[in-house]
This record gives sequence, C-alpha cells and structure tokens, in this order.
Amino acid sequence: MLRYIARRLLLTVPLLIGISLISFLVIHAAPGGPVEMATDLNPKVTAEARERLRAYYGLDQPVHVQYAQWLGRMATLDFGQSFSRDGRQVSEKIGERIPVTLSINVLSMLLIFLVAVPLGIYSAVRKDSWFDRISTVAVFTGFAVPTFWLALLLMILFGVKLGWLPISGLVSLEYDSLGPAAKVWDRTSHLLLPVFVSAFGGLAGFSRYMRSNMLEVIRQDYIATARAKGLPERKVVFRHAMRNALLPFITILGLSVPGLLGGSVIFESIFAIPGLGQLFYQGVMSRDYPLIMGALVIGAFLTLIGNMLADVGYALADPRIRTE
Amino acid sequence: MSRGDGPLLSLENIYKFFPVRKSFFVAGTLRVHAVDGVSIDVPAGKTVGLVGESGCGKTTLGRMAIRLIPPDAGRVVFEGRDITTLAGEELRRIRSKMQIIFQDPYSSLNPRMRVRDIVGEGWRVHGIARGAEAREMAWRLLRRVGLSADAADKYPHEFSGGQRQRIGIARAIALSPRLVVADEPVSALDVSVQAQILNLLRDIQEEYGMAYLFVSHDLRVIRHVSDTVAVMYLGKLMEVSPAEDLFREPIHPYSRSLLSAVPMPGGALREKIVLSGEIPSPIHIPPGCRFHTRCFMAQRMCGEVSPLLRECAPGRYAACHFV
Repeated sequence: MLRYIARRLLLTVPLLIGISLISFLVIHAAPGGPVEMATDLNPKVTAEARERLRAYYGLDQPVHVQYAQWLGRMATLDFGQSFSRDGRQVSEKIGERIPVTLSINVLSMLLIFLVAVPLGIYSAVRKDSWFDRISTVAVFTGFAVPTFWLALLLMILFGVKLGWLPISGLVSLEYDSLGPAAKVWDRTSHLLLPVFVSAFGGLAGFSRYMRSNMLEVIRQDYIATARAKGLPERKVVFRHAMRNALLPFITILGLSVPGLLGGSVIFESIFAIPGLGQLFYQGVMSRDYPLIMGALVIGAFLTLIGNMLADVGYALADPRIRTE
Repeated sequence: MSRGDGPLLSLENIYKFFPVRKSFFVAGTLRVHAVDGVSIDVPAGKTVGLVGESGCGKTTLGRMAIRLIPPDAGRVVFEGRDITTLAGEELRRIRSKMQIIFQDPYSSLNPRMRVRDIVGEGWRVHGIARGAEAREMAWRLLRRVGLSADAADKYPHEFSGGQRQRIGIARAIALSPRLVVADEPVSALDVSVQAQILNLLRDIQEEYGMAYLFVSHDLRVIRHVSDTVAVMYLGKLMEVSPAEDLFREPIHPYSRSLLSAVPMPGGALREKIVLSGEIPSPIHIPPGCRFHTRCFMAQRMCGEVSPLLRECAPGRYAACHFV
C-alpha cells in the first residue's frame, strides 16, 4: 500500500507539469494582458511606460521563457508576486482566503451528507412511495434552479422582507463591539444562506446516487439472507445494505476535495464573501497571471490528491479490493 | 417439535401477483400471476422437489414458504401454526427455524463481512452464542461443510463458487433450522461441483433431520435429491408424485413431455414429446387449463375448464381432465 501511494505521488509531478503548461498557454492566449487591462482606459499612459511595465513583469520575454521562469520558481514553492496593485505574494493572498471558502464548503458538504444519505436510503427502501416521488421532484427542482436566482430570492425573503438574516459578507459592521455569544450568532447567521444555497444544488446528485446505490444493494441475495437470519429490518438496512451502498461515496468524496477549496464564483460574488472563488474571478478579469496560475496549480494538485485518497480509501473500506 | 402428525410446512392455496407498470404515467392494472393457487405439504425431514421452467413461479413459491415475501392470498402453516400474517418480533423468532440457500453464491454473501460473521450473525441475533464460543462453533460448522477452519477469517471473494456455496450452506444450517428452502443451489456451479454440493446437502439432512424444499429446473438434480416432486407450470402445480413414481411413469402430459427431454442413461429410448409453441405470458394466462395451448392431448374442454389437482393413483396427484 505504501509503495502504491509513493508511486501515485511521483506520478503527480509530470501530471502537474502538463496541467500547468496547458493552463499557462491558455491564459496567455486570452485576449489582453495585465498591462492592457490596467492601462487601456488611462489616456495619460505612454507607450514607453507600458513597455517598462511589461519588462518589469517579465512579459517582454517569449512565452516559453516565461513558463520556464515560472516553473523554476514553482520548484522552490515560490508562487510569485501578484500583478495587482497591492503587489503581494500570491501564496499570501490565496492563504488568507482559504479558511473562509473551506469552512463554507465543508459545512455545505456536511449538510448535503446529513440530508442526502437518509433521503436516498428512505427513498430506496420505500421505492415508488409518495415520499419517494415527492423527494425526487424536490431534489430535481433544486438541481434545476439556478444558484444565483435562488440566492437572490432567499435574500429578498429572509434579508429584506423578514429581516431575519444578513444578506452579505461574513460579519456585521459592528462585529467588534458585540459580546461573545452575539459574535457566534453573527457569524452563524451570515453563513446560513450561503451554506444552504450551495448545499441545495448538490443535494440532488448525492441523494439520487445514494438511492440508486441502495436499490442496487437491496436487490442482492445477501440482503434476503440477512432477513432470513431474522435480523430486524433496521439492521438489515443500516448494517448490511447501507454499508455496501456507501462504498461508491468514497469516490465522490475524493472527487469533491478540490471543490472544497475551489469555492464558487457565483455565490461568493452574490453574498460578497471574500473567498477563493471571488479572488480567482478578480484575478482572471485583471489577467493577474501569477495569481491565476497559483490558484490553478493548487486546484490541480488537490484534484490529484483527492483522486488518490479516494482510491486508497476505497481499498481500505472494501475487502474485495484490499487484497489485490 | 411439530404438533400432531401434520406436515412440517403446509402451503394452502397460495397466490402471489406482481403488478406490471405499463408506463411511467399509467399505473397499470396488469398483473403477473407468479403463483396462482398452489397447495403443497413438506413433511418433516423429507425433501420436496419443485421443478418447472424459468419463470413458472417456483422461486417465488419458495420465498413465500419461509415468509421472505408475503403471499397475496392463502395460508402458510408451519409446525401446525399459521404464520401467514406473522410480523415483527414473532416473525424474526421463527426465522431461525426456516432458512434458505440461494442460487447465486456470489450475491448471497455480504462482500464486506468475514465468513465467521456471515455464519455467526444468526447466533448473535437469536442470542445463541457470541464471542469465543461463536468462533468455536463457526470453525466446527465450516469444517462440517468441507472448508478449513481458517476460512472463518476470510472474506467471501477469496473463495470459488463451490466453496462459497458451502459457506451459504453453513450459514443456512447454523441455526439448526427444521426447513431449508434450497433455491437452485447448484445451478450456478460446474457439474463436478454440483455433485459434491448435492451430496453435502444429503449428508447434512441425514445428520440434522431437516426438511428441504428443493427448487430446481434441472430434472436430474431433482431426481437425485427428492422424496416427492411437484411439477409447476405457469404458477400452478401440474403434478405431485413420489419421485420414484414420477420418473418411472409421469402422469400429467406436461410431466411426460418434460421427462422425455431428459437423456436416459445408456441411451435407452423413450417416447419423445416435443412441445409446440412458447410458454404463454404469465400476464395473460390462457383460460381453462393453462397448459392446453401446448398440450398434445388437448381437447375442446381444456380451453374452457381448469382441471383441479386430484388423486389419480395412490399418493399421486395430477391436474388434467384426461388422466
């Protein structure tokens, strides 16, 4: 197992280089560069000034030289400086955004699991019942509804009409003057809507997946065997059926690791949440190459690691794979 | 012990329908007549063979016999007690006396459980044994069905089909049941392994004295194991006879055509009856005798009146107007 993990880790290096090369070329092929984005609307900027800026960023070099330089810095884990006006380290800019995005996404993953797993199990056990039909329609509605639209409607209802919840940001303006309990509630209330909105869309996929896994497992003879042994139905469903039906979920979990950090451009923008998604979006709009590359490489790395964790986790959980 | 001299298990006029959905929007009223009024007794310690073509309802009947699925009508009487509507705790308790061996040894064992847990879970549930005692019992049982004791710590996928079926048997007999439904227990196995498993089942029966309801489509297997044979066609019994009599001289035209398809040892000749046509759909069962569309003896009344199962010779029952 350890050798397998080591081999997988080694394999990620060429993969990362390939992924970063393609990303690098695509970004540079996009119309307009960081200098144009920053100076086009300013008539006072002279051609020489632009050239100086280009040289300052190293953009006057051929693309392959730029990539080689970037790769050289990456080898020492130096993500470079942001092209934006603050000129801060990319690693620093990304690092400060991670806790926000991570906490929202972990919470919404938890919410999805807590709802989707029981929902899927119950729908499968009571297949074609009214509960099954209604929950099917409900989760597909959630899947079909655009996130931004739902977010706006909820903001109108809870934020404006009812006035129960704040509509944007992470904390209120007067946060610092609040007592400890009020601080906790302030943060919680700011998270409620974003977490709910981001969980709602994912519910459909997960609960349907759970349902079909359960249906698949319930058909198996070993479930009839479990019943024949005289096990209570609760044990048949949760001990014999659910454990087998949860196996494929490990794969999904692994695949959702990059999503946990990636964040969502849409709902971070709508709720004005200073997360990674928002940062990435700003980076793309201003052609902040080092920032974009940094975010992409982190995303790619997490994807590869997530895949590996899924495979390892699967092997640990499933005895059929473990011995091979 | 069973009360009085009655049979261990009595199925009385059992029906099972499955609704067929015509489409997503129309909830159909069509029904598959899987089991259509069957009565049969299984005496204690004996083997009743249930034979018929695929889809004739023999598996469904077997599962109703041990209440894995509930019948739509009729009674299931076990040890003189009506268990048709038993539910919950009472049903769970009686399960230890009736077990099942499945056809597919690959799907009938939970892939995530060790063999000792598969075999021993019944003891835990019914409060018979746990821990070290259960482990000891599992070893004995596994050796009894021809596996080594170290099989206990392995997972099902580490065994071949025949070995897995032995695990399935060990599991089924773990609770010393009085009735075991064997649902095509050897159909998925190689012929050489089939014989081993059949002999194991027979030895175990002699040792433990349980009754088998043995479901199979294979007449040679049925002949090898059965005391009594019930021939099923489209959800109804066509003939019930002692195995010896049936294989010597089948009464019902359907039994006769079935047996004529079995090769005789030594290549002996017997009348060859080839049925015409396909087996009718169990959704649209022919009126009258359900076999008349393919019967070589069919007369006009066969399409109108359904024959009852009646005693045609001592101890032998057939459902046909003309025997």
